Order: sequence, then structure tokens, then C-alpha cells
Amino acid sequence: MSKVKIKRSILARLISGPTFMAKKGPSGWMVILGIVIALALVIMTAIAPWISPHDPNAINVGPIRAPPSSQFPMGTNHLGQDMLSRILWGGSVMLQISALSVLVCFLIGVPLGLFSSYVGGIFDRACSLVIDAIYAFPGLVIAIAIAAVLGPGVVNMALSIAVVYIPSYFRVVRSQVLSIKELTYVEAARGAGAKWYTILFRYIFPNVIPSVVVIATINFADAVLTAAGLTFIGLGVTKDIPDWGWDLTDGRALLPSGTWWVITFPGLMVVLLALGFTLVGEGLSELLNPKLQR
Amino acid sequence: MGLRSYIITRILLTIPTLLLLLSMVFLVMRVLPGDPVSLHFEKKATPEQMEAMRRVLGMDKPLWAQYVDYLGGLVNIEYLLEHGYPNLGKSMQTFEEVGGQIFSAFPATLELAIYSMIIASIIGILLGVTSSKSYNSILDHLIRGFGTVTYAVPIFLLGMIFQLIFGVYLRWLPTGLRLNPAVDAPATLTGLYTLDSLLEGNLFKFFESSKALLLPSLTLGLILSGMFIRMTRTNMLETLRLDFVTAAKARGLKESTVTYGYALRNALLPIVTMIGLQFAILLGGAILTETTFSWPGLGRYVVDRINFRDYTAIQGAVVMFGLFVTLVSLVVDILYAYLDPRIRL
Amino acid sequence: MPLLEVDSLTVDYRTSRGTIRAVEDVSFSLEKGKTLGLAGESGSGKSTLGLSIIRLVPYPGVIVKGHIKIDQTDILELPEPRMRSIRGRKVAYIFQDPMTSLNPVKKISAHSTELIRTHEANTSKEEAFERTKTILKDLGILPERINDYPHQFSGGMRQRIMIGLAIALNPDLVIADEPTTALDVIVQAKILDLLENLRKIYGMALILISHDLSIILERCDKIIVMYAGRILEYASSVELHRNPRHPYTRGLLQSIPNVELADQKLAAILGSPPNMLNPPKGCRFWPRCSHVMEICRTKETPLVDIGHNHFVRCFRYHKEGTKVE
Repeated sequence: MSKVKIKRSILARLISGPTFMAKKGPSGWMVILGIVIALALVIMTAIAPWISPHDPNAINVGPIRAPPSSQFPMGTNHLGQDMLSRILWGGSVMLQISALSVLVCFLIGVPLGLFSSYVGGIFDRACSLVIDAIYAFPGLVIAIAIAAVLGPGVVNMALSIAVVYIPSYFRVVRSQVLSIKELTYVEAARGAGAKWYTILFRYIFPNVIPSVVVIATINFADAVLTAAGLTFIGLGVTKDIPDWGWDLTDGRALLPSGTWWVITFPGLMVVLLALGFTLVGEGLSELLNPKLQR
Repeated sequence: MGLRSYIITRILLTIPTLLLLLSMVFLVMRVLPGDPVSLHFEKKATPEQMEAMRRVLGMDKPLWAQYVDYLGGLVNIEYLLEHGYPNLGKSMQTFEEVGGQIFSAFPATLELAIYSMIIASIIGILLGVTSSKSYNSILDHLIRGFGTVTYAVPIFLLGMIFQLIFGVYLRWLPTGLRLNPAVDAPATLTGLYTLDSLLEGNLFKFFESSKALLLPSLTLGLILSGMFIRMTRTNMLETLRLDFVTAAKARGLKESTVTYGYALRNALLPIVTMIGLQFAILLGGAILTETTFSWPGLGRYVVDRINFRDYTAIQGAVVMFGLFVTLVSLVVDILYAYLDPRIRL
Repeated sequence: MPLLEVDSLTVDYRTSRGTIRAVEDVSFSLEKGKTLGLAGESGSGKSTLGLSIIRLVPYPGVIVKGHIKIDQTDILELPEPRMRSIRGRKVAYIFQDPMTSLNPVKKISAHSTELIRTHEANTSKEEAFERTKTILKDLGILPERINDYPHQFSGGMRQRIMIGLAIALNPDLVIADEPTTALDVIVQAKILDLLENLRKIYGMALILISHDLSIILERCDKIIVMYAGRILEYASSVELHRNPRHPYTRGLLQSIPNVELADQKLAAILGSPPNMLNPPKGCRFWPRCSHVMEICRTKETPLVDIGHNHFVRCFRYHKEGTKVE
């Protein structure tokens, strides 16, 4: 019954969301702007098969390295591929990887954090030690290490990235649980004989959700950037799939000849995608942080 | 507690963390792939060839023995004294000592890291303080926007744009390499070209190496500054509202004294920790920056090794990264204790 | 001529949810060497009033109207550098919570030497340090501890340090904002006595801000009772004690427990302070007043002079005396 209540309230929030957000000042506007940008890019990628003028993988549809023109609004690359088509299609890989990694992080990091901090004791300390060690490590290095041994592919990349960010979820959830755990109403519930899983899921989890959402959005943005980074190093998906990351990598060799369009447009897309989610995350985190409210 | 005892305690605490770190690296790089040797060859070698490699690299021993070798190699003082670097294994590609390769590549990364950090800190703190003092003004929003956008830009993209503008179009600065090939490297004292050339008294070399350093460190520094701006601003906003700041104003102290001696000085404490944490991100960013600018540092070393499927070398490099981060974190904690007398108790 | 003259002071807080009038039309004066007590509940505006006198009302507060004259000079017209030379030197402020009023990373001796050298620029480091030693010693702080950090002292000691900083440059006026609220009762008395002794020695005027009327009655020459930003009653402490007029003042006096009575029901004033975003029309106090009249709810209550330098903001005394304002 309580789960239905939570779902309904989230839904109600979603519907009244935009008006609610707009009233909250600049932070609210950030969230709305971020959602709009992110949504636009997702939709663009989704409808790419229908609106793309050319097959993004087809070579020599136009002259090689042609600058932007009315025929090819974003120019062509060194293989004569139409950049506009590649832009429309290219987000799919990144979106899949990021979404998958966020999902994995959520499924592993949140329950682990909840359980570990609630149980406490040696288990908690052991977990925290391991998590902190991962957290302190340079993210990209971890991703590279894992991607190098796992090989290319969307799932492998998602997993590599997920390992990097699980600690963030764990830590955020844990700090929230630790502060809620000792509150009086939780104690009261325990005193009334509630079982541990009831307390965890009915009392603690709903309070943890806002912070997790913030972390998830920022995680998504980071995942996009990390995926691009991995591709740039050569640990990305196979070349036959159109991907903004690949365009950036290939475009690099074209720079000395002044061919700016091959990296600029994909680069812009990556920035927009990361920016969209970052705005949402930052806006939400500001709204949730009462200390900054004047 | 006193600063000295805190330092000792902190160093002792590092040991288990380090052990954990090293074990996790071993787990991921040796155990996870199953058999790194066959991954290296990608099935293009005969079983005899693979077995030969395993013997040379010590990978024919049971796993626990390899683990002991691995840890033992790192603390092998004899090896360290003999070679000047710890035992990080042998490269799969050339069978050279990985430690040697890493240590010759490391100074380049260190130099890049230092200058990038300096740039990021200066930009970050200055803009963060300015932003906090003009709360909610247009300047504040602009600075915050700047900070957010720089965070969303991939480092290599910014690097490439800089190369395009300053290297290709304007031709002001070199687009890669540590030094113009026509110029010799300065006599190696620290491995940092800028410092070495100054120590040598050679201004020409100093300028050449600085020119090469400018774009990469600007790229990395700019991207890092976004985070610094945000943290400085948030901490300053919180600190400026604290009682002792108003009390300082009530005593008629100068505006600059209050902003820097009272507010920033206290807001800086978490920022120092942040700088330390950012070193981890810095190293990640360095990998991408070095690849973009063909900077011969540890980052580019790793990327090259990936292309050669040189798993032992990659493992060695990852260990190096881990050691470096642990060391920096230790230094930062000690620095924090020095700055904040409350922590020592 | 009085040391301090406040005339029709009005201070607003312009928040995103609306404007709060924290101080409304406040006028009073204070002679050299005398004490003024500002009594009121939390949110009555007394702290804002105190901060206005040194022009440090925090954002988003704005001084909307009025004059504040210190030794004939209207400080609201002064440029900031001149105001800064007044703060700490001519007028000193003691904050409520000693736990958070000192810079955690500065030694307490440094607080004092910095203060001295800011206002008396030609003082050498050694001289400033010597003076610091003397000041802190007089306050009961052991000389070997003056290079310690604030967190190494108790609350009471920290408040002494604050007082030391306040009187270091021999100011004409000291404003003490709830100086004892964060301290336990025994320390409270000691701190107040200390303040009083120093005041007598140095001849300073004192504004004592507190929600505890018993403290104010004991130690102040004049008293202002504030409520919701307005002065409700203003008289000498003797007069106020003997002849309290405003129902609120009466309520406050009645609620002071009497140690000597064995059985005592604590009298309290019913209700709570108004929401300052939307205060009651007319007299701000009428929802809690047991003597409320129809006119109280609708017309703005003027301040009435009822003689003996006693002013009350209450319609019950309106027909008796001459209207002021």
C-alpha cells in the first residue's frame, strides 16, 4: 500500500513538476532547462532512423572533407560520410552506455549502501573501506583498466563505467541512512516492533531517493564524458556503429588541415548531453540543500 | 594530539588502505581477465610461445604465488636501490622493466599535473571568491555558468579546439610534444623541463618548454577549475554567514582581512581536501590530455600499452596511479591537520 | 548631549517570500556612561536594532528610514571606511554565541593584536602583544594560554575573550547582544558582573539586549520593551518596575519566577509572536492581549507619553496623555 502511495506522489510530482520548478527560482529553471536539453537529444536520437538524410555508415555520399554547405549542413568527414546523419544517429551508443551504467550503479550501489549502513558494525566498515579505496582512485584509470580486460562493446563499457560510480551512490546513501537511522521516528518504529526491512524500505528509502536522483543525473553526465574518453583512447565500441565518440577520435587527425567541422558538431552534442544532465543534477541538488536557500 | 602524532597515525593508517588498493588492482588485472597472456596474443600464438612468455613473466606459478611476487616486488628495497624504481614487472611487449618505463614517463605527467593544478586553483579560487561576494548578481550567474559548462566539456575536445585555434589557425603555440625537436632537453635534475632549464640557467629552453606546456596545462586546468569554482563559492557562501565573520566586521577590520583572513582561510580547509581529491580526477584527465597533445607522460604510456595489449605494463601503470593518489591523499590530510588546529585533537 | 540618538529607525528584510519589517519607527537616546536594556522575545527585532547601530544588518536587510547619531554624527551617511573606524573602536559589539564568534584558525592573542593594529596603525607587534596580555589577564585568562586557539576554551572563557576584544580600545558604547544566553546560569551572573565592572571602570555606555527581563531590570538605567519590531514601552527601569503600563510588559514581569515563593504557578503570556511576513493589523500585540479593545485591531497604535519620561504604545493610555508622533 505504501508503495502505491509513493508511486502516486512521484507521478503527481512529475505532472506538476514544471510549474513547481519554475516557482523555485534559478535552481528550478536550471532543472527545466536541463530536462529540455536532455529530452531533445534523446528524442533526436530516437527518431534518427526516420529523419536522417543519409545512412550514417555509407561512405562517399559526398565529397571527402567537404565543409558545411546547404547540401551537407554539417559537412562530410574523411570517408565522405554525411556528418549530419552521423550526428543524428551517433548519440545512441552513448545514451545506451550511460543509461545502462546508471542502472547497474543504482541496482548495486543503493541496496549495498542501504544494507551496509543500516546493519553497521564490521560489515559496514569493511564495505566502506573497499568502497573508499575505489572512490579515491582516478575514475578514468579504473574504467580503462576494466575496459582493457573486458574488451569492446556497449555492455562492457557500461560495466567499466559503473564500477567507477558505484562508490558515489554507496556513500550518498550511507550518509543519508546514518543520519536518518537515529531519528526518533525510526526508533519509535523499531520500538513498535517493525521488522528491519520494513524500516529500511518504508522509512529510510523514501528519504534517500532525492539524493540518489541527484547522484544519478550527475552520474549520467559523467558516464557520457567517460564513454567519450574511453572511445577516444580506443576502448570504445566497434567502428561500424555511428558514435559521436568515434567522430571525435577520427576528427583529430583531420585538424592540421583545418577540418574543424568533424569534431565541432559531435563535440557540441556531447557537451549538450552532459550539460543537460549536469544542469538537472545541480539544480536538484541546490533545491534539496536548504543551507543555500536564502 | 599534536601534529607529529597525527602524522604518524595517519601514515600507519595508509598501509592497510594501500594493501587493499594493490590487491584490488591485482584482482582486476590479473584475475579478472582469466589469462592475460592469451588475451595479449589474441590466439595468434602457439601454446609453446605463450608458455615461454608465462615463464619469463612469472605467470606460470600458482595465483597466490604470483600475488606474493607482486606485493613482494613492490617492497623489494634491493631492487629499488639497484634500479631507482620499484619492481613493477616486465612488459609483455618488450620484456623491459615496466618500472623503468614508467619512471621515465612520470616526470612529464608530474609537470603537467602541477601546472594544471596551479592554473585550476588560481582560476577556481579567484572566481569562486568573486562569485560568492556578489551573490545572486549577474556576475555570480555568469561565473557559475562558466563553471558548469567547463565541467560538461570533454577534456580532449577542449584540447583539440585549443590546438585548432592556437596551433593551426594562429600558429602561436606548438600542438604537441614536450619540446621542439630541434631543442635538446635540459640536464635532468628533477625531470621537470621548466624547472631543470631554470636550474641550468638556460632561458631559451625554459621558454620552449613553457610554450609546449601552456596549451595542455591550460586545457586540463580550465576543466578542473569548474569544480574548484563551485566548491570555493559554496564554502565561501557558508563561511561568510558565520558569526565570526560578522564579529570581525564588527571590530572594524578591513574588508580584505575579513574576506581572506577570516572567510577564505576557513572556507579553504575543505577546499584543500578537495584539491587533494581532484588529483585523482587530474590523473584521469591527464591521460586524455596527454593523448591529445602527444605529451610523453604516464597517461600516454598507458594508452600506448593498451594498443599493444601489454597487460603487465598496464597493471604496473595502474599501480603507479594508485600509489600516487594514496601519497597525495596522505599529504593533503597532513596539510589539513596543519591548517586546522581542531582536527589534531 | 546624548551619546547615541536613534530617530524613527526602520529596517526591512527583503526576502524572496516578501518584505519583513523587522524594526519599525524606533526612537530613543542614550547618555554617556548609562545603560539601556532592550527586552523582547525572539524575532522582536532587538538584534536587528543592535546591528543597525553599527550598520551591519545582514543581507537581505536594508535600513529604510531614520537617523542614527553617534556623538552628533549621523552614521547612516558616513562612507564605509569611516564607519569601519567607528566599529570596534568607538562602538563595540558582543555577539550572542561565543562558540562561533571567534575565528577557529586564529590564536586568541592574534584576534586582539590584529584589532589593535587595525585601529592604531602605528603600534608595533610587540606593543600590541603586551597590551593584549594585559587585557586578557584582567579578564582572568592565564598568560600561558593566550596563544591557544578558541576551541580550547570553554564557552564562558570565550565570552570573556569577546568582552576583552570589545573593551580593548576603550569604546564609548558597547552593545551586548544576549551575552549570556548561550551560557549556564552560574557563568551568566559572572559575565554580567564582569561587564558591569568594566563598564564602571572605563565609563562606557552599554546597550544590553536580552529576552530575559529580570537581567535587564537589575542592570539597566533605561529599558525599551520591543515586540514585533515596535517599541511597546520605554521608561527608566525604576519607573518600569514600579509602574508597568503595557499589558505585554505586565505579562513579562508577572512571568518572572519568584525564588522566595514556595508554591508558584508560572504565569505565561498566551499565544506566540506573529508571523512577520503578515503581521496583525493595528496593534501587533492585540491577538495575545487580555485587554484588547476594538480600536486596537484596526488603528495603528501611536506611542503615548504618560509623563516621568515614560512612553507606552497602547490605546488604553491614549486619552490620558499627549500624543507623541
